[in-house]
Amino acid sequence: MKNPIYKAHRNALPNPENITRKVLPNGITFLTRSNFNSPTVSIKGYLHSGSIFDTDEKLGLSYLTANGLMTGTNHHDFQALYHEIESVGARLSFSAGTLTSSFNAHCLSEDLRLILGLASECICAPIFPEKEFNRQKTQMLTALAIRAQDTAAMSALLFDQIVYTGHPYERPEEGFPETIQAIQREDLMSFYQQTFGPKGMVVVIVGAVEPEEALSAVEDAFSDWRNPVQEKIPEIPLAHPLQSPKMKTLNIPGKTQADIVMGSLAPERLSPDYFALRLGNNILGEFGMMGRLGQHVREEAGLAYYAYSSLSVSKGPGAWEMIAGVNPRNIDQTIALMTKVIKNFTTAPVTKEELSDTKSYFLGRMPLLLESNSGVAISLMNMEHFNLGMNYFLEYPQKIQAITAQDILQSSRKYLDPDRLATAIAGP
Amino acid sequence: MTRSTQFITLPNGLTVHLKEIHTAPIISSWVWYKVGSRNERRGKTGISHWVEHMQFKGTEKFPAGYLDREISRVGGIWNAMTHLDWTTYYGTLPAHVFEITLSSEADRMVNSRFVPQEVDLERSVVISEREGNENQPSFLLAEAVQGAAFSTHPYRYEVIGLKEDIKKITRDDLYQHYRQYYHPGNAVLAMAGDFETASMLDKIKSYFGDIPKGEKTNGALPQDPPLKEEKHLSVSGPGQTSYVQIAYRAPSASNHDFFTMTVLDSLLTGPSSLNMFGAGGTSNKTSRLYHALVEGEISVSCFGGLQATKDPYLYSIFLTVHPAHTPDEVLQAVDQEIKRVLDAPITQSEINRAIKQAKALFAYSSENITNQAFWLGYSEMFDHYDWFENYIHHLSQVTPESVLKTAQSYLTPNNRVVGFYTPKKD
Repeated sequence: MKNPIYKAHRNALPNPENITRKVLPNGITFLTRSNFNSPTVSIKGYLHSGSIFDTDEKLGLSYLTANGLMTGTNHHDFQALYHEIESVGARLSFSAGTLTSSFNAHCLSEDLRLILGLASECICAPIFPEKEFNRQKTQMLTALAIRAQDTAAMSALLFDQIVYTGHPYERPEEGFPETIQAIQREDLMSFYQQTFGPKGMVVVIVGAVEPEEALSAVEDAFSDWRNPVQEKIPEIPLAHPLQSPKMKTLNIPGKTQADIVMGSLAPERLSPDYFALRLGNNILGEFGMMGRLGQHVREEAGLAYYAYSSLSVSKGPGAWEMIAGVNPRNIDQTIALMTKVIKNFTTAPVTKEELSDTKSYFLGRMPLLLESNSGVAISLMNMEHFNLGMNYFLEYPQKIQAITAQDILQSSRKYLDPDRLATAIAGP
Repeated sequence: MTRSTQFITLPNGLTVHLKEIHTAPIISSWVWYKVGSRNERRGKTGISHWVEHMQFKGTEKFPAGYLDREISRVGGIWNAMTHLDWTTYYGTLPAHVFEITLSSEADRMVNSRFVPQEVDLERSVVISEREGNENQPSFLLAEAVQGAAFSTHPYRYEVIGLKEDIKKITRDDLYQHYRQYYHPGNAVLAMAGDFETASMLDKIKSYFGDIPKGEKTNGALPQDPPLKEEKHLSVSGPGQTSYVQIAYRAPSASNHDFFTMTVLDSLLTGPSSLNMFGAGGTSNKTSRLYHALVEGEISVSCFGGLQATKDPYLYSIFLTVHPAHTPDEVLQAVDQEIKRVLDAPITQSEINRAIKQAKALFAYSSENITNQAFWLGYSEMFDHYDWFENYIHHLSQVTPESVLKTAQSYLTPNNRVVGFYTPKKD
């Protein structure tokens, strides 16, 4: 253990001694960690409801349902609900992903029970008022019209359509204008009934509250909730890597800059390749000024303000993306340069210095990641979601240190083939 | 907001603010320079921002890329921002390897090289940054509104600068700007974190103490004359969505009206955090404009904001037009709500609510050491540190009568620019 932070501040890292975890009788898993450095708390969590349940015809239903949770409950209409939250400077919001619907709140610790109570109302007793539903639908349609003009969002959407062809992950959670138009309020009601329930739900609280008090507040808010007809999340199918390069382009007239996304599939979070790829991605497009991609595309060629890579892993197949925003006349040059960088990356092992640098980065950044309540809450949620174990942070340094340059090369080659890249371009 | 902070001015004029926080093994430092787009003129717009980019291109002691590597190696973060009145360079690192930020910040205060070839490469990077901004209708509209809101003051230009100026600025222009504004007398070093004040101060003296003082450069600017009448402008571009921006001339941060405007902003468009580092806030669903326009289905979103600036700047309200309505209808609906504020005093409970919200927003930003260090230097850029310490006190001095009076002074049609962004017809 070369990094002294791990010795001196061992107790500061989340570990079984400072995390309280309890499963309530209705299936909700609760985790908490106290931190009295500031008088605030972060509340985060998720339920097993998401766009994977949406039909193609009504894609976006999960998204509208999550957004609709705060439009009215049995006890509060829209204005009354937000009046309670905003009057104390708190925040509560819901969002939907493919496999989960999440909630996120922060407040002063003195308002914990108030905010948990309101979150519980929204989650357990929403009524989706007709008027608010119609307003929300118009807002969503406007958001999609804005998305259609966003080169970064549209290139990301095209990229998913290439790498996840035929897989549920090829669909954007927000849907399309025609699928949003097809959704009625009754669809939200039945979607909610079918997919929202306490089984598999996770609630995390981090901040200025004792574990016993946090547990008691969560029990008061959620322990009575049941849904005997809650559906199980479907099995996630495998995705198949491209057998040849594939490109999709979208013309968005009148724009000044084009966005390029290149890349491939990536494995799921629990893959044995995960740590090698995480370090490899850092070298390829994160470290310092956006890694090798930033060095070649921005620093040496001056082609782009941003050129970086991103590894997205979750349950089921992930994605490995290399992204740049460039002037339209530089698209071909940038693609050629990024392909060259990818080719070099998958041909020769990373250097000793690069490996040492990236390991040092992953070990050194832990205090920064974990200094805010929100940062700790995200970490606890991920530990639970991916079943990483309560010792995850204690074992983390060994896992990072064990990775070799050959591990990175072999793992990267498995997923990233410069001759079979997906390329998406959106711009003028 | 306690008085545990140490304030020191070195003989060469460097202002130093130090605050010990021992909750995590981290130190955050911010070097603030009193230079931004406020210090620019036509032909050289964007030069402060570009100098900020060049500050990452290395010195003889720390060649380009060296610090990126060294700071990333220890898991630290570092970056910079340029704004209207200031440019700041921040770094947050594990405490045991922190000294490199002092060493490098002292070094690049005087020794940056501005190699011509790197200047040219960075020119295309800055143009690319600007082109990315131009993809957003909100940028195009804001740039036009800002330009119309001032006739002479440099606040009329976006921080990133005009493209034609970025194309023409030379290496020598950049270097001269750097030499003029980067010196201890024009800088504030603010640090928070896991250190012992006396020994940290010794280190600061050893790195910065010998740097020459420099010329005082940041004097008062002639103020723009008041707008004589309401200005209207239109921008058209791609898309299907229309936007409205309404920008009122607003008081500077040091003017007591600023705090009254803060309460007005909270009431009209929701409370906003002055922290520029994503410390979290609350939503704005109970604000008057959201209630009237978004719930009234005239716009689909609205937000607003006041910026703490050295000279009077703008209070802007930004709305996305509902597809069934027009920008004119949005403007009329906003004006009805402004009229309500002008016709009747708000209640004391609405002021109390704004104060509680401001306290909560400050509490969120105290969760993290980077944000705490931000606050130590930020208010020095447009006023003094006391501005920050007395912020809640000043808000508590606001009364329903003062809100009414301030609204009557500032929220009038002849004190504003109204901009519409509409989709270009094919």
